[in-house]
Amino acid sequence: MFGTVMGKKILLSSKEIHIILHRLACQLIENHTNFENTVLIGIQPRGSYLADRLVSILENDYHIPNVKLGLLDITFYRDDFRRRDTPLQANKTKINFIVEDKKVVFIDDVLFSGRSIRAALTAIQSFGRPSEIELLVLIDRRFSRHLPIQPDYSGSQVDVFNEEKVAVYWEEKDGKDAVYIINN
Amino acid sequence: MSQLSVKHLLGIKHINKDDIDLIFKTADHFKEVINRPIKKVPSLRDITIANLFFENSTRTRLSFELAEKRLSADVVNFSASQSSVTKGETLIDTANNILSMKVDIIVMRHPHVGACDFLSQHVNAKIVNAGDGTHEHPTQALLDSFSIREKLGSVAGKKIVIVGDILHSRVALSNIYALKLQGAEIKVCGPKTLIPKYIESLGVSVEFDIKKALEWCDVANVLRVQNERMEINYFPSTREYSQLFGINKQLLDSLGKKILIMHPGPINRGVELTSDVADADQSIILNQVENGVAIRMAVIYLLAQQVERS
Repeated sequence: MFGTVMGKKILLSSKEIHIILHRLACQLIENHTNFENTVLIGIQPRGSYLADRLVSILENDYHIPNVKLGLLDITFYRDDFRRRDTPLQANKTKINFIVEDKKVVFIDDVLFSGRSIRAALTAIQSFGRPSEIELLVLIDRRFSRHLPIQPDYSGSQVDVFNEEKVAVYWEEKDGKDAVYIINN
Repeated sequence: MSQLSVKHLLGIKHINKDDIDLIFKTADHFKEVINRPIKKVPSLRDITIANLFFENSTRTRLSFELAEKRLSADVVNFSASQSSVTKGETLIDTANNILSMKVDIIVMRHPHVGACDFLSQHVNAKIVNAGDGTHEHPTQALLDSFSIREKLGSVAGKKIVIVGDILHSRVALSNIYALKLQGAEIKVCGPKTLIPKYIESLGVSVEFDIKKALEWCDVANVLRVQNERMEINYFPSTREYSQLFGINKQLLDSLGKKILIMHPGPINRGVELTSDVADADQSIILNQVENGVAIRMAVIYLLAQQVERS
């Protein structure tokens, strides 16, 4: 029976991720030109790697200086407080600017139920009222949403079973760039 | 570790080093939260907290209330002077009456040693000790250590002197436990009448000369002289106390190094600290107050994680 075998299947290789990151950067430039009024917000913990990569591509390959990047931790805004077996530990929030009237782009590695993004939408309000908010994800797990939330930019769409896990590996953290589907 | 090893915060004596680390890590995040334009998170919106204060307090009570509100908990306040306690109601009855209104966490200050411990055995709520008599004041000790860690990088290996009325001070006892757990060296300094006889059994040393104590230390935590807890005279006069154990600018400047000055408040200006010392740039008294809110948010957040859903 498929779906029950232990192991992991590669979804995206390092080369494919490289191409996708450049495409996502170009799509961002199409909509935000010089990023004067735009801020990128990496959703902690795993969205921060993707956000760092995109900023370095924008700065080094497309010569857009001073892209504003913040990191947002959503732990205290989650809707599963007291509902998990083991509590989650918070991560650092680092937003050194006010998002009032700015265009905000949330950046996360995998979009699954949409609940993290729901929490991020609440959390960002502590830093002002953005003029608009967009969502960029590397992997969009379709047909698994619990909330009416969809990405504006997505690296790759996948259809996997709910029991399966999509794991994004980053070179700076995990030693290589790769996306896997893991069967439990 | 992402969970406290205890169900209540009754005293530092009952917690371990991992608990302190977890509380500090969580408080770091809350300190960032309370410096945002909007200083509030929605985590505890389905938690109700009762602050039971059977003894006067302004700072601690305000600090707890702010911490609770910034976590979005519902808060009810109660102080003994306006309550049925004056009509003869027992502590358990008072607490159970409040709990039947569906309260999840009780923050209590009480003049009797062990009152929080007692309550935790008899009522079904998380208990946070906000000071029980001359016993413990755990959140004060946590915020003191958190402030030292913030200013000096860590508590381990630092030399801390606790000055003043050690005998009546719950702040001193909780601080000794907390600092010991984190590997600090501790001295106490004060009039012989206000130093408990067997204090050395807690692993601290005693010094009666304030100048020597200050020359030795990195941090001086100066306690308030608690006149309200003294039925007899422990020293001849306030004037003599301030001459022998009070810290003034001249004494501080004569040390040849810059030590941190802490005080849990409220300060008796001119008794344990002169005004120029209390307001000096090496005094971190107001940082302690700010950190108090972050520490109490962390403690309540971590205990609330364990509250069962109904």
